[in-house]
Amino acid sequence: MAAKLILSMDGAVLKEFPLNKERMTIGRKEHNDVAIDNLAVSGEHAAIVTILHDSFLEDLDSTNGLEVNGVPTKKHFLQNNDVIGIGKYRLKYISDQVTQTTPADFEKTMVMRSPPKQFSPGAGNPPTNLGPAHGLAGSRPMQSEALEKTGKFEAQKITAPAVPSQAAAPAVPESAPKPVPQAGVPQQVAVVQVLTGPNAGKELELIKNLTTLGKPGLQVAVLTRRPQGYFITHVEGASFPLVNGQALTNQARQLKEHDVIELAGIKMEFYFKG
Amino acid sequence: MKVTEALEIFSQTHPGMVRSHNEDSVACEPAYGLAVLADGMGGYNAGEVASGIAVSVVVTEVSHSLQNASPIDRDETSDEELGVMLLRNNIQKANASIFHAAESQPQYSGMGTTIVSGLFYDNRVVVGHVGDSRMYRLRGEVLETVTRDHSLLQEQIDGGIISVEDARLSKNKNLVTRAVGIDAQVVPEIHVLDVLVGDVYLLCSDGLNDMVEDEDIQSTLYALQNNLPLAASQLIQMANDNGGRDNISVILVKVKGGFSVPRGWLAKSFAWFKR
Repeated sequence: MAAKLILSMDGAVLKEFPLNKERMTIGRKEHNDVAIDNLAVSGEHAAIVTILHDSFLEDLDSTNGLEVNGVPTKKHFLQNNDVIGIGKYRLKYISDQVTQTTPADFEKTMVMRSPPKQFSPGAGNPPTNLGPAHGLAGSRPMQSEALEKTGKFEAQKITAPAVPSQAAAPAVPESAPKPVPQAGVPQQVAVVQVLTGPNAGKELELIKNLTTLGKPGLQVAVLTRRPQGYFITHVEGASFPLVNGQALTNQARQLKEHDVIELAGIKMEFYFKG
Repeated sequence: MKVTEALEIFSQTHPGMVRSHNEDSVACEPAYGLAVLADGMGGYNAGEVASGIAVSVVVTEVSHSLQNASPIDRDETSDEELGVMLLRNNIQKANASIFHAAESQPQYSGMGTTIVSGLFYDNRVVVGHVGDSRMYRLRGEVLETVTRDHSLLQEQIDGGIISVEDARLSKNKNLVTRAVGIDAQVVPEIHVLDVLVGDVYLLCSDGLNDMVEDEDIQSTLYALQNNLPLAASQLIQMANDNGGRDNISVILVKVKGGFSVPRGWLAKSFAWFKR
């Protein structure tokens, strides 16, 4: 269940360490949870803090530093199969508990019994008491937070992407992880080319999941990119857009290669590029 | 303008692609500008029961109280506005109902629910929430979260333990730190925000925001704000196209006009004398 570290040198596996403590230390001295007796390793070299299913690696101001997947780092949110490098030694992080529960169980929302105080990975506070929503009735109410006063609220802006944490940024490769893999989204880029009017000849690449066409207040349609392909739907306006001369209904209609869309008096052609 | 005419409200809920039943509940009362959404949890059908109780208690009680009172009235002892008080007190009332139902019926033991609710009046919205169901606001082109999740992950983000980027990779999703009906008492988080004409508010369960990027929520609301039913079904469709691992519920509220509460000279002078 717990994640583990596999210690190896020059490809030979030396030992396995289950991450069964909230804070595990790695270092040369014997008292470390992962003791590596080598002069390139600092006395207390690094620590791994585990909060439930997430583990965070942290450099404890070591002399020779840390690498994760070949990239020097100070602090890193460990992902399955990450390889931590300390001198000649390699520690592979294996976290496979996801495969041991069914996805349905895993997704279930649960309640934490006591509100966790803010953890500090360095200080290594014990993890909070956690229980599934059922079974643990009757313990102390969650009242530690003072009554919140009503007041104006400063909403967090989310249009600007958050600055990635300094430590994690170099270690995470360009493949910016999305919460959900967009499996099955058509790889081919579709294009709408304007056939008539002042913009005739212009191409619009449908790279977003949602593209609107038309004039607001007059006639608007939306083109959506879905795993099955591209669809056109009427959004607003008294008249409905035409596809190959046929008016849309209230339903979405899948677009096929070389379909001609007519919208607000402008004709456009839909096709796949390349 | 009356709140009924000033707001356009549309709600939709879907079990998603994996779950066999829907534990979310949604309800709206356009006459009082009220929208409530809850995401239940617990074994068997207890989740549905919990979210159902939460939504019906809040909608019924708030509507009942506003039949003979104005949300801008102030409580004599606390000097708090009635609208704010009603939302807070009735989320607590829902908490007590669920807690007692769970205590008295073994099959409902431990059930609970999140809740997010909005009460629109006098060109403002009072937002009350518990757990990780959210309210977003689209103003102009900018989408912002109005609520902050009561979840382990959000606390870790606040504590600087994990970055917003890394949080997407976390395996500790779905852990709420506050819920309705789990303990004898609950503290709802309440905020009051000014509302502008043109704003679009989205209340949703985590089945939406866990599956659909904020960026895609933004582009959908922005592009389809003049067609709320289409916007709602597009949001649900995107969540399902991405896997639909949980129930998905959305309530959309579009502000079409101002809805300040009329304050006549009589009301004003009355208030002046009371000071």
